[in-house]
Amino acid sequence: MAVHTINFEPDDRYNAFLKVCAKPTHGEGKLAGIAIAVKDNISTLGIETTCASKILKGYVPPYDAHAVGLIKSAGAAVAGKTNMDEFGMGTSTENSAFGPTLNPCDTGRVPGGSSGGSAAAVAAGMVRMALGTDTGGSIRCPAAFCGIVGLKPTYGRVSRYGLIAYANSLETIGPMAKNVADVSLLMSVIAGHDRKDTTSHNKPYNHIPSADIKGLRIGIPGEYFGKGVDPEVASVVRRAIGRLEEIGAVTVPCSIPSMEYALAAYYVICTSEASSNLARFDGVRYGPAVDTKKSWHAAYQDMRKQGFGPEVRRRIMLGTFALSSGYYGKYYAKAQIARENVRKDFARLFSDVDVLCGPTMPTIAFKLGEKSDPLSMYLSDILTVPVNLAGIPAISAPCGKVQGMPVGLQIMGRPFEDERVIDVAYAYEQAAKP
Amino acid sequence: MIDADIVVGLEVHCQLDTKSKLFCGCSTDYRNDGPNTHVCPVCLGLPGTMPVLNKRAIEYAMRVAKALNCTIIPESEFSRKNYFYPDLDKAYQITQYDKPLAEGGYVEIEGDDGKERKIQLTRIHVEEDPGRLVHMGNAERGRYSLVDYNRSGIPLIEIVSEPEMRSPKEARKFLNKLRATLEYLGVFDSEKEGSIRVDANISLRGSARVEIKNITSYKGVEKALTFEVTRQKNLIRRGLTVDRETRHYLEARGITQSARSKEQENDYRYFPEPDLRPLRVQSWLKDIVLPELPDARRERFVQQYGCSLNHARTLTGELKVANFYEAVVAGSGNGLCTLAATWIADTLTGELNYRSMKIDGVDAEKFTGLLELLKSGTITDKSGVEVLRVMLDERLKGEINETPEAIVARLNLAKTSGDDAVLLGAINEVITENQKAVEDYRAGKNGALNFLVGQTMKKTRGRADPGELNRLMVAALKSTEQ
Repeated sequence: MAVHTINFEPDDRYNAFLKVCAKPTHGEGKLAGIAIAVKDNISTLGIETTCASKILKGYVPPYDAHAVGLIKSAGAAVAGKTNMDEFGMGTSTENSAFGPTLNPCDTGRVPGGSSGGSAAAVAAGMVRMALGTDTGGSIRCPAAFCGIVGLKPTYGRVSRYGLIAYANSLETIGPMAKNVADVSLLMSVIAGHDRKDTTSHNKPYNHIPSADIKGLRIGIPGEYFGKGVDPEVASVVRRAIGRLEEIGAVTVPCSIPSMEYALAAYYVICTSEASSNLARFDGVRYGPAVDTKKSWHAAYQDMRKQGFGPEVRRRIMLGTFALSSGYYGKYYAKAQIARENVRKDFARLFSDVDVLCGPTMPTIAFKLGEKSDPLSMYLSDILTVPVNLAGIPAISAPCGKVQGMPVGLQIMGRPFEDERVIDVAYAYEQAAKP
Repeated sequence: MIDADIVVGLEVHCQLDTKSKLFCGCSTDYRNDGPNTHVCPVCLGLPGTMPVLNKRAIEYAMRVAKALNCTIIPESEFSRKNYFYPDLDKAYQITQYDKPLAEGGYVEIEGDDGKERKIQLTRIHVEEDPGRLVHMGNAERGRYSLVDYNRSGIPLIEIVSEPEMRSPKEARKFLNKLRATLEYLGVFDSEKEGSIRVDANISLRGSARVEIKNITSYKGVEKALTFEVTRQKNLIRRGLTVDRETRHYLEARGITQSARSKEQENDYRYFPEPDLRPLRVQSWLKDIVLPELPDARRERFVQQYGCSLNHARTLTGELKVANFYEAVVAGSGNGLCTLAATWIADTLTGELNYRSMKIDGVDAEKFTGLLELLKSGTITDKSGVEVLRVMLDERLKGEINETPEAIVARLNLAKTSGDDAVLLGAINEVITENQKAVEDYRAGKNGALNFLVGQTMKKTRGRADPGELNRLMVAALKSTEQ
């Protein structure tokens, strides 16, 4: 196959990239010559991959993530690695060891997170498409804040092999782009079974978006428009749903009672898994070595104290506590019950409606430094985490503005009905065209 | 205190002899290669990698579970055991925790009282082996350690017994039986270095339980437990209490030593491995077919070849010994069943042990030839042992590889016959040289005859048939009588 080279010299005034590949090569295929940005927690053969953490500085993976291999085979050029909250832990991309990414719509605001670099790179037009990852909203949140489209695929639809794990049971790789068609195109390349990821399913995605949604039943969960949701954001989203009704959809009010416990369950599960996943970063195999003559466990402590940022350390501590003997039943086991209840709530609703709609985020993008206490930052994930707990697909599509900042419409679907949430987003996008 | 008050339970970790590792395609045949040569991103635990379960390893484990009469659980689960150690690349071991592959079952052993006893099993589960640390340097020259991940990801089964063994010796028998069973199943190679590791729990009645960690040899288990029995009995005798603790076995010194308290405080924070689905084995059960196992083979040896129970037990206690016996018996057209049983179970195993040799080193055809010489009366039992020793020593040195016939000819070991001049000459020499004994004999002391026969045996280097020699000696004494 012919190998081509493109020039990629973006004007990265937003700190979207941690690493730019100036002359990436590419082959032929569906994505021939398209520059694609890859979030820095996705392994790229020969390209430094740090998860925006000091502890992985200098780590160059000897292999490509399955999804990266697929986009390369489809002719894409890997344009570089994008900034993120360290190990995906955050909602603003401020928790990067290499400085925050700025929102291209307003550089005084955050781009959302944790895939903030990927979203900013797309929003600023530096790349046409990007790969992000979504553990509790990390694709949808920055898509909403930056005014682009981002799909969190069904759990198991895209291989996680090569995605540096933060919370294995919740996260997935997904496509981000300016429009639904491009998101769909990128999804068609990365979806499918991978024998290296035994949680992946043999459900390839071969779909051309259709704007015909006549008779579609849309559930409107009251919780998505209730306490904590900015009324202006809520009203923009209601107008967007009204537009969907105009083109043939039927709306049904509904409720997700389990949402009361979703956020707590989410944070117990993700921190528990993270405490285990991140234990391997001990300075023996990767990262800058701490010069020490101490015994190994003392050296580990030094290394991890210096290598991890404060939010990562906080979550490791929380997760370690939640899994401790005597507390496991109180936290981890209980969180699994709450998770099961969220699943059941979604299953019950989806026996009546085809999709659920609401805002992606309760507010517009916050100002840099605005959410200084961790809890208020965690609360902003309330509308995105239920989807990860249930493993269902959800998309965020731009649906208007508040104070000049983009607002995202979130469309959630049944497991393995990624095609349907794409179609609804596409229908809205076409109907909203001026 | 009587020994019935000893209670021993074992946790036995065995490497399953699969071609590839438990969660990746790396070869398990690493022992003759350099460090970190049998590794890939998965078994190095590189960020982003995921485990893919080796179905063959589960089949092997299921064979073991079935052979040991366990209940195989249709849906089991892998969990993460979290702890920091430099040889553990992911900082967690993928193992099975509250949903193991199999529960219950038993191992039948001959108890110290000579009766068959069933040692109940708690469970069997599957897990991955960690890497290995190699400690370098010394106190003067700066100490450091190297890590070798070749072993990382080798499939292990852990077999946990109930605390039902009553002596270190019974623990040894349990292990031997387990080893034999696993070898018969074709899932385990006991000769590979480090292929078995044992944690032993021991308590004396009324005292705290002590765990001895990481014993790496069969003999070590019995030695470590014997040491512990003595240590704990001494404590109790002196009115001291036995602490509940973890101890390490120091193989070179044959003692156990208290582990640092830090190592005893681990909270492993187990939780289900999110990267693996639950293990459902119901549909594989019908494919698990067992070969003939040690007990069945032992019974067959008694029935088919007329072996004594003891010989049959020894012969079937190791797969290779049993196979060797059957090869010898088959090679001789079934004419040597009992002779072969005696010579293999008693003589050969003893000579092999003495030389630390494996039975693989013995040529079954040549050994059969040796038995034929014995059976035909060409050589005496004593000469037979000598021929065998020569055969083994030659094999050990890798030098010549003579047939038993050639050895007999070269060393002139053929049995003497009645008209053999050498034998008659020797008898006459002995009579001449031992007049005192001759007189004693004639005075009616029968013990003197034994002495004279023994002296003649010595002169002929055991080549004479004892019965015949006896008869010839009596005759010679009579004919020389005045």
